[in-house]
Amino acid sequence: MIAELGLAALWLAAALAAMQMAAGFMTLRVAGPTELAKLIRPAAMVQGVLVTLSFAALVWLFAVTDLSVKLVAANSHSMKPLVFKLSGTWGNHEGSMLLWVMVMGLAGALIAAFERRLPERTMNATLAAQGVVSLGFYAFLLLSSNPFERLPVPAAEGMGLNPLLQDIGLAFHPPTLYLGYVGLSVAFSFAVGALLTRQVTPDFARAMRPWVLGAWVLLTVGITAGSYWAYYELGWGGWWFWDPVENASLMPWLAATALLHSVSVLASRDALRTWTIMLGVVAFSMSMVGTFLVRSGILTSVHAFAVDPERGTFILGLLGLFIGGALLLFALRASTISEGERFAVASREGALVFNNVMLSAILAIVLLGTLYPLLTEAFDVRVSVGPPYFNPVGAIFAVPMLLVMAVGPLLRWRQDRPERIGREAALFAALVLAALLLFGLLADVALLPLLGLALGLGLAIASLMPLRGRKLTRTPLATWGMVVAHFGIAVALLGMASESAFSVERLAAVGEGDSTTVGPWTVVLQAVEPVAGPNWTALQGRMAVSYDGGTPITVAPQARNFWAPPQQTTESALVTRWNGQLYAVIGDRAPDGRWQLRLWWKPFVPLIWMGGLLVALGGVLALFGRLLTDIRNRRLAARIAERRADREALA
Amino acid sequence: MIRAVIAALVLALSLPLAAQQNMPPAPYAYRQLDDPAQEAKAQELMETLRCLKCQSQSIADSDAPMAGDMRHQVRLRIAAGEEPEAIRAWLMQRYGDYVSYKPEVSATTWPLFAVPLLLALVAGALLLRRFRRRA
Repeated sequence: MIAELGLAALWLAAALAAMQMAAGFMTLRVAGPTELAKLIRPAAMVQGVLVTLSFAALVWLFAVTDLSVKLVAANSHSMKPLVFKLSGTWGNHEGSMLLWVMVMGLAGALIAAFERRLPERTMNATLAAQGVVSLGFYAFLLLSSNPFERLPVPAAEGMGLNPLLQDIGLAFHPPTLYLGYVGLSVAFSFAVGALLTRQVTPDFARAMRPWVLGAWVLLTVGITAGSYWAYYELGWGGWWFWDPVENASLMPWLAATALLHSVSVLASRDALRTWTIMLGVVAFSMSMVGTFLVRSGILTSVHAFAVDPERGTFILGLLGLFIGGALLLFALRASTISEGERFAVASREGALVFNNVMLSAILAIVLLGTLYPLLTEAFDVRVSVGPPYFNPVGAIFAVPMLLVMAVGPLLRWRQDRPERIGREAALFAALVLAALLLFGLLADVALLPLLGLALGLGLAIASLMPLRGRKLTRTPLATWGMVVAHFGIAVALLGMASESAFSVERLAAVGEGDSTTVGPWTVVLQAVEPVAGPNWTALQGRMAVSYDGGTPITVAPQARNFWAPPQQTTESALVTRWNGQLYAVIGDRAPDGRWQLRLWWKPFVPLIWMGGLLVALGGVLALFGRLLTDIRNRRLAARIAERRADREALA
Repeated sequence: MIRAVIAALVLALSLPLAAQQNMPPAPYAYRQLDDPAQEAKAQELMETLRCLKCQSQSIADSDAPMAGDMRHQVRLRIAAGEEPEAIRAWLMQRYGDYVSYKPEVSATTWPLFAVPLLLALVAGALLLRRFRRRA
């Protein structure tokens, strides 16, 4: 019964999306206000409620493990801990697509309920575009991946969830990324709406900005969490593999970063109008490409749950329709939209444009490196594109970008004299050169990590310079956001460079009671013992580890065996200090009875993820700053209107 | 010594794949070379060789038995004094170009190098055009 209700709600939501789309486009053809226009906002709001109900129904089915539903039987198990039963709702293809449309429905409802800054016509066009996008995804769900399908005979027991996904970090990683993707779809709808009515104004940018900021924050958190998950769960200490699935989340992030900066320029300076629209289309295209890569099963990995060409073709069709349509519209309308305010090279806009071009180039490289092997595979030529390609080629564009990023925020809008920031620029250059010399001569570091260390150090200082001479308590939240986010980039960069330059590895066969060393650490393997969890058994190595002869700490890495479905995972043990992390893994037993240990000492590696979180925090600060200003402006406008009404009443 | 190494190689390579699961891992799959300079060389090479059984992992990042065997091969050959590039060529001959992550310009990979070059030019032209017009 619950399953049928969920399905009915989903069909109704789809019908409302169709209505929202039709009414939206029909009102666009009429010049004045129409009766039809009154339908659009309520349609979006009710749709949001219905699709949420539908998702809640699916969560319920997973919570009670209703094995007569095909999806539950295929992806859940009655013995699983409750939290993983719940997260199993979106740990599969159908459920994750339902989560996607739910978030999209809620976003549509939110803008319908609260966005009042834009002219009503632009708003209708935006909601119509949102209707088109939603309808495409509803069709995808209902026609090719119905999550509520029943089994003719209920299953006796479920098949279980991939053990790699039974991890609290990964339970929340996909929804975070999805929320980000959906935020970009809202930005896309705004861009299409503004194109349709030719209203590319600062107001439009201000309406779009919170969605871009929010999406960008969630993507940042999602990528950071995913990277940390890969780091501790895969058991070899790698934190980024340039895997197509990782790239699928990185590409929208790069586009969103460029869009974020461009939309800020449009909001405060009324410049870069076409750029902003173009980036809005590109950012959503990248989330569609990401969805296609992950959902279509074109890659075979943990993430590609669905190996079914029909679905791939459907998403590809949607992608072609949305992006092709948007690009066609852009081509037709771009010439009628003027570029906006002008500015000089040496200005903050100039620096932002430079970095947007660099970000776009990096995005193009990642896209090329991800799609090229798939392309050649179609012609039966297998090519490997991996870190040795992405790292140096990406750096060609990343290094100039980081240089400009250090000085750009110090420049004034519109026009500035470069000499004015000469002292700050000189300080930055001196820091970078000093670090280059120091690490290059003393530590014999490879070129890329060396550049990373030097630029990271320089940028960490330079990113704080916009605060110089300001009264800290009166600095706007959005400025704090920028400073924190830029500082976060520097911190993450330092972590990455340090990990790659200074990591120490030790592979050793160690008997119980024996010890080994890695970097400054001494590791004693005290015992290896069997342990059991709710749906796994494991061998656990108890180790006493001490840093530089200090007090030993006990850690216990495990090699886990899950039984439904049967699979092995490694649970590494991490010891975090202020200056780095010890990473310990227990492997197989060697024939002579000793145990294979894998140990790494990774100086400053946590900075990678701390930096990522700082970047996200910066985004949150900026978002709050903007929202607070917006609310204050609304209150002010309301009070002014009230006073005027009073005065008129008195007169 | 060299003969023994070759004998071990022939033995390791001639084993049928199905038997791998039951065999103990090859000795150098989880053991570093004693000479740190040689180990560093081996590590650098292993990080640019693809684990053929995994998704986007190098043989230095994988528990797959085949990755272990390849690590064993790489370490043994480095210890025997072979040049990393010779080992790479040997592996590429056996498993195809697919096994190497190191980008090399060839008939099938030239777009990977042409496109970034083109991008740099386009980016430069775009920026020049944008700013020269108003200077």
